[in-house]
Amino acid sequence: MSENKHITVPFQREDIEKLKAGDYVYLTGTIYSARDAAHKRMYDAIKEAEAKDMSVSELSGTELYDRKILPFDITGNTIYYLGPTPAKEGQVIGSAGPTTSTRMDKYTPLILDKGLIGMIGKGKRSKEVVDAIIRNKAVYFAAVGGAGALLSKCIKESEVIAYDDLGTEAVRKMSVENFPAIVVIDSEGNNLYETAVSDYLNNRQ
Amino acid sequence: MRTIHTQEIIKNVKEMCIEANLHLSEDMEQAVRSSVETEDSQLGKKILNQLCENLDIAASDEIPICQDTGMAVLFVNIGQDVHIEGMSITDAINEGVRQGYTEGFLRKSVVKDPLIRENTKDNTPAIIHYDIVPGENIEITIAPKGFGSENMSRVFMLKPADGEEGVKAAVLSAVKDAGPNACPPVFVGVGLGGDFELAAKLAKKALTRKAGTHSTLSHIARIEEELLEAINNTGIGPGGLGGRTTALAVNIETYATHIAGMPLAVNMCCHVNRHVTRTL
Repeated sequence: MSENKHITVPFQREDIEKLKAGDYVYLTGTIYSARDAAHKRMYDAIKEAEAKDMSVSELSGTELYDRKILPFDITGNTIYYLGPTPAKEGQVIGSAGPTTSTRMDKYTPLILDKGLIGMIGKGKRSKEVVDAIIRNKAVYFAAVGGAGALLSKCIKESEVIAYDDLGTEAVRKMSVENFPAIVVIDSEGNNLYETAVSDYLNNRQ
Repeated sequence: MRTIHTQEIIKNVKEMCIEANLHLSEDMEQAVRSSVETEDSQLGKKILNQLCENLDIAASDEIPICQDTGMAVLFVNIGQDVHIEGMSITDAINEGVRQGYTEGFLRKSVVKDPLIRENTKDNTPAIIHYDIVPGENIEITIAPKGFGSENMSRVFMLKPADGEEGVKAAVLSAVKDAGPNACPPVFVGVGLGGDFELAAKLAKKALTRKAGTHSTLSHIARIEEELLEAINNTGIGPGGLGGRTTALAVNIETYATHIAGMPLAVNMCCHVNRHVTRTL
């Protein structure tokens, strides 16, 4: 386990390259929530726009947002794979732990190619996603699965900014403070899920 | 003959939905907490401590332990000497789930159609398994099931010749394939025997067994212990990030089966193994 690092989000490019698989970090700043249905909607919106107009495929994340194809500017931003429980009165958000990232794999390479650079979730990623992480110098974090009450305390503000009709799956803009996460796949493609188990078993000998 | 009104069923189901999502039963909580002491990975210990802290916050601030408050799965044992008065029992259970998930600020995680995927917005319908049993009570167990672990569950139609070794290899492969996705440390529910669908139902039911107890069949209890040891030697560990604590229990339920087969189902459950039982 590497030293604890305090990181500001959205990331500075140089911060991304310093993050290594196995680093335990605390994130502070702005992140966005999106899970299955929001990913499908963003992906379909890009694909439909491309089908109508070939030149759309050349657009950046910022341009896609300017043209209202995407609901927020993903450029340089971080998505937290989250569908929270409803907030009670006086709460910012309900229980707010990560969902399994693997289900987003179909949509993720395109979203990364359009400028997203951070993802927080839990669980394995496909080879296509790892390739897209390396290609775009992005980073994938795991938060502790099943610690939704604990993690909710790190979310200081939350506002639904798109796809309100999706309920828990809507896109939220969230302000986080010292949100604990572990770098699982770094910008060079090093994958903690592949090394942690064998490292543990070797050290135990 | 005893009469039970469906209003009583609605009220209890509602309360049980909320209770299950805010508090683990004492045995389950103990299983999670005691694992910190035996974990020998530093990061693993840190993750297990976060899970303990999470349970504390969930209880004190009444925030669901996990944001995936699950599909409501119910095992309902109806005494054959009970008369149910009011509406249909299925409607009553669904009304209880609706009220529990709405008034309890639990997540609505159910879509009406698997392909169209429109949220029903009240977490109904529930999945209800009815059994008719002797007596004049209704025993209801509610086990809200999250899908991070549900998605990593498997059914294997093994051959009789696969034997005990085949059973162990299949369970171990399911746990390894699940890896970090099922939110380890996990509870492994196993259904062995019956047919295709009964094995799966037994596997789910096995998850509701009291933590720290074993099958009453000695050969099955032995397999449970051996499998738990093998799983905790895979190195997957808390969060799938390396460590000893990969599973907290392996529970196997069995049933008679056909001369030609040996169905085996593995129902994975994360460390938030929620269930509440009440007898009406």
